[in-house]
Amino acid sequence: MSTAGEQDADLSLQEEHESKTHRTKRRDGERQKKKRRNERRKGGTRPETSEEDDDEEEDSDKDVVRPECLSPEELEKLKEAVDERKKLIQSLRGKPWPMKKKLVTLRESQEFVEKYEGALGKGKGRKLYAYKVLMTKKWMKFQRDFENFKTACIPWEMKIKEIESHFGSSVASYFIFLRWMYGINMILFGLTFGLVMVPEALMGRPYGSMPRKTVPRAEEASAMDFAVLWDFGGYAQYSVLFYGYYNNQRTVGWLKFRMPLSYFLVGVGTVAYSYMVVIRTMARNANESGVGDDNSFNFSWKMFTSWDYLIGNAETADNKFASITTSFKEAILEEQESHKDDNIHLTRFLRVLANFLVLCCLAGSGYLIYFVVRRSQKFALDGLENHTWWERNEVNMVMSLLGMFCPMLFDVISTLENYHPRVALQWQLGRIFALFLGNLYTFIIALMDEINLKRKEEKVVKFNITMWEASLYNGTVSENSTAPPVTIHPADVPRGPCWETMVGQEFVKLIVSDMQVTFLTILIGDFGRAIIVRFLNYCWCWDLEAGIPSYAEFDISGNVLGLIFNQGMIWMGAFYAPGLVGLNVLRLLTSMYFQCWAVMACNVPHERVFKASRSNNFYMGLLLLVLFLSLLPPDCNLIHLQWHSKRLILCNRLAIYYLNTVSKGYQQANLDLKKKMKMVSMNFS
Amino acid sequence: MGTTASQLSKESLSEYQELTFLTKQEILLAHKRFTELLEKHEKQQIDARAPMGRITTLPELKSNPFKERICQVFSTSEQKDGSLTFEDFLDLLSAFSDSATLEIKSHYAFRIFDFDDDGTLDCADLEKLVNCLTGETNDAKLSSTEMKQLISNILEESDIDKDGTVNLSEFQHVISRSPDFVSSFKIVL
Repeated sequence: MSTAGEQDADLSLQEEHESKTHRTKRRDGERQKKKRRNERRKGGTRPETSEEDDDEEEDSDKDVVRPECLSPEELEKLKEAVDERKKLIQSLRGKPWPMKKKLVTLRESQEFVEKYEGALGKGKGRKLYAYKVLMTKKWMKFQRDFENFKTACIPWEMKIKEIESHFGSSVASYFIFLRWMYGINMILFGLTFGLVMVPEALMGRPYGSMPRKTVPRAEEASAMDFAVLWDFGGYAQYSVLFYGYYNNQRTVGWLKFRMPLSYFLVGVGTVAYSYMVVIRTMARNANESGVGDDNSFNFSWKMFTSWDYLIGNAETADNKFASITTSFKEAILEEQESHKDDNIHLTRFLRVLANFLVLCCLAGSGYLIYFVVRRSQKFALDGLENHTWWERNEVNMVMSLLGMFCPMLFDVISTLENYHPRVALQWQLGRIFALFLGNLYTFIIALMDEINLKRKEEKVVKFNITMWEASLYNGTVSENSTAPPVTIHPADVPRGPCWETMVGQEFVKLIVSDMQVTFLTILIGDFGRAIIVRFLNYCWCWDLEAGIPSYAEFDISGNVLGLIFNQGMIWMGAFYAPGLVGLNVLRLLTSMYFQCWAVMACNVPHERVFKASRSNNFYMGLLLLVLFLSLLPPDCNLIHLQWHSKRLILCNRLAIYYLNTVSKGYQQANLDLKKKMKMVSMNFS
Repeated sequence: MGTTASQLSKESLSEYQELTFLTKQEILLAHKRFTELLEKHEKQQIDARAPMGRITTLPELKSNPFKERICQVFSTSEQKDGSLTFEDFLDLLSAFSDSATLEIKSHYAFRIFDFDDDGTLDCADLEKLVNCLTGETNDAKLSSTEMKQLISNILEESDIDKDGTVNLSEFQHVISRSPDFVSSFKIVL
């Protein structure tokens, strides 16, 4: 009799096994199966074994997925199992298995998830659950496609890859930084263009309808001259490019677009977006690149991480081999020498001397700028037409030239100091930073005087205008009232200078001259040098290519700093000249193509390649500092307490976000240390 | 199952996207470059293998001193000859891609540096590694005293349990603190 019971049990188990491979969707079908089984049991066996059979049935029931007969705990367990499988699928790419094993695991897990997921929803909630699952799948597919699309959209990928394979990742990092800057500027330009310039151009009062929007009668004759336009005077001055064009009417056009509010908000938005983007990148870098200044793995890192796998060029590879060998030999030597220390006093004296010389340079350049700005004010009072081109553009030229020559001077001075190259680079960057900062602030202070002068002028002119208008009015009223009031063409109305436009103009001129100097430097410094070395080599006594002067190396730090300070000036001037951001976008675009060509045509890979990759966050930190400092002057001008406190709140939030991410990095470091200690203690026990 | 002829099936493509760090375009480009390496008669085979000699002619690998080791680590052939199928090739590109995690990169880096495949980096492995890095010419090689000094310095830094070799966890610990590793351990087609 037991055999019959066992047979029944076998049958029922078989049925259950079959039902497991089908999706258990139809409740009716399941109920029928259950009924059939019960009948069979009732029909066939002795009553004593029915309890055992019932137990068996219960046991085998647990294996079958029938949602409505599973207890909540079992449902939970099943759900957990499904979630675990899903996590496994997600983590498969990070497992160091061969593809075949990954494929097998993937297919198994996907089958499991599909089978049980559909069955998990219970009763009424089932359709919703299935719907949710479907939506999640679609969402993940959409995300993946979007990622693919985003990667395909990134411009200049092939160019940068070529540079990477020829010059290694450190030179390429400059171009990646340039591309990132371009992206930010495009977004800022979009904001400014879309929300400020276009509404004003389309819906604001057109050119010629108001005094501030019209070229004064006196200047009309020369307003279209190229020379005047190049200086951003004439028609360029009275356009959407500059602050002065914007009316203070509360709403413009049929949309009732609130122009002044929009202008202000775009300014705020520019600041907020810039802060957010810079801090987010810094936080990401800090997380990725590990924590702290670690010198404890010097040799190991040289051994395991010095080869750059992106190199695809034989000449670059040879260079890399040579530099690795040199760095090994130097490191060994340094380690031996660090045990002896001779002549500290001489080294210290030389270093103090070098710093003193650098301070003298900085002071000299600051004074030079102040002097030149004062002189240009005098020229302006005399009337600009009486002076030569140099005298008119003296300030911009002097600032750009100082920015070009002083770093070279610092480089020469630093040979006195005899530091390790990485330390020397940091000193160099710090000094260049101080130079730029000093120059910029001297420039602004000098500008301040001019601004104050212009404001006084403005007051006087305003007073004169009211007097003049009053006289006009009085004149018409004294005659018969039937005569129509006199209308005056806006070009004839006397008006004072707009100091904001003037400031905007100064910034635009500065940026343009900076751009010119950079391009000329590359053309003459790199390209000219390459041509001379290549062609003079045929008729020169020593090998120009191997010895001095040879081809130039790409100056990463100089270029990165130039980019950072350029961006600082944009931030500073963008409030006064909305067109400035557009100009910068153009500048970055031409810079990208021009420098890509120049580096491939005229530069050679570095001989000494030490990776300045930790300086990624150093450059970002510099950018943040420049952002903060460059937005101080316009903020001082806005002088709204509310505005200040909002900015403080924003600052706090961003600081918290950054500190949070850095603390996560430190936590990770702590875990690593604990692991290390555990390993050590395990080995000793 | 596997890849055949000159077309990747949609299903395979989505599976590969799930299992590697590569985007769809990268997988398609890899397929194109891989089939260029195959002979005409091999192109129609399922799971065709490209021999190591041909793979190391790829411009991305040509100048790499570890190209043979890379092929051998990612190869699944029974003869251990370093030949790669398309799926092995995808594994290679995935481990070297921009979005790969530190763990997987350090795992494969360890296997690449383990010249004798014994699971640890001992003195012989380290010596071969240094010679790979300094190039082929004789005058570039380090002298034997320099070599001894270098290897003892490295073991002092990385060998925590002091057994004379660097194992995987010690290696990963060293690598994880390095700021340069992730950005330099990259190959992009």
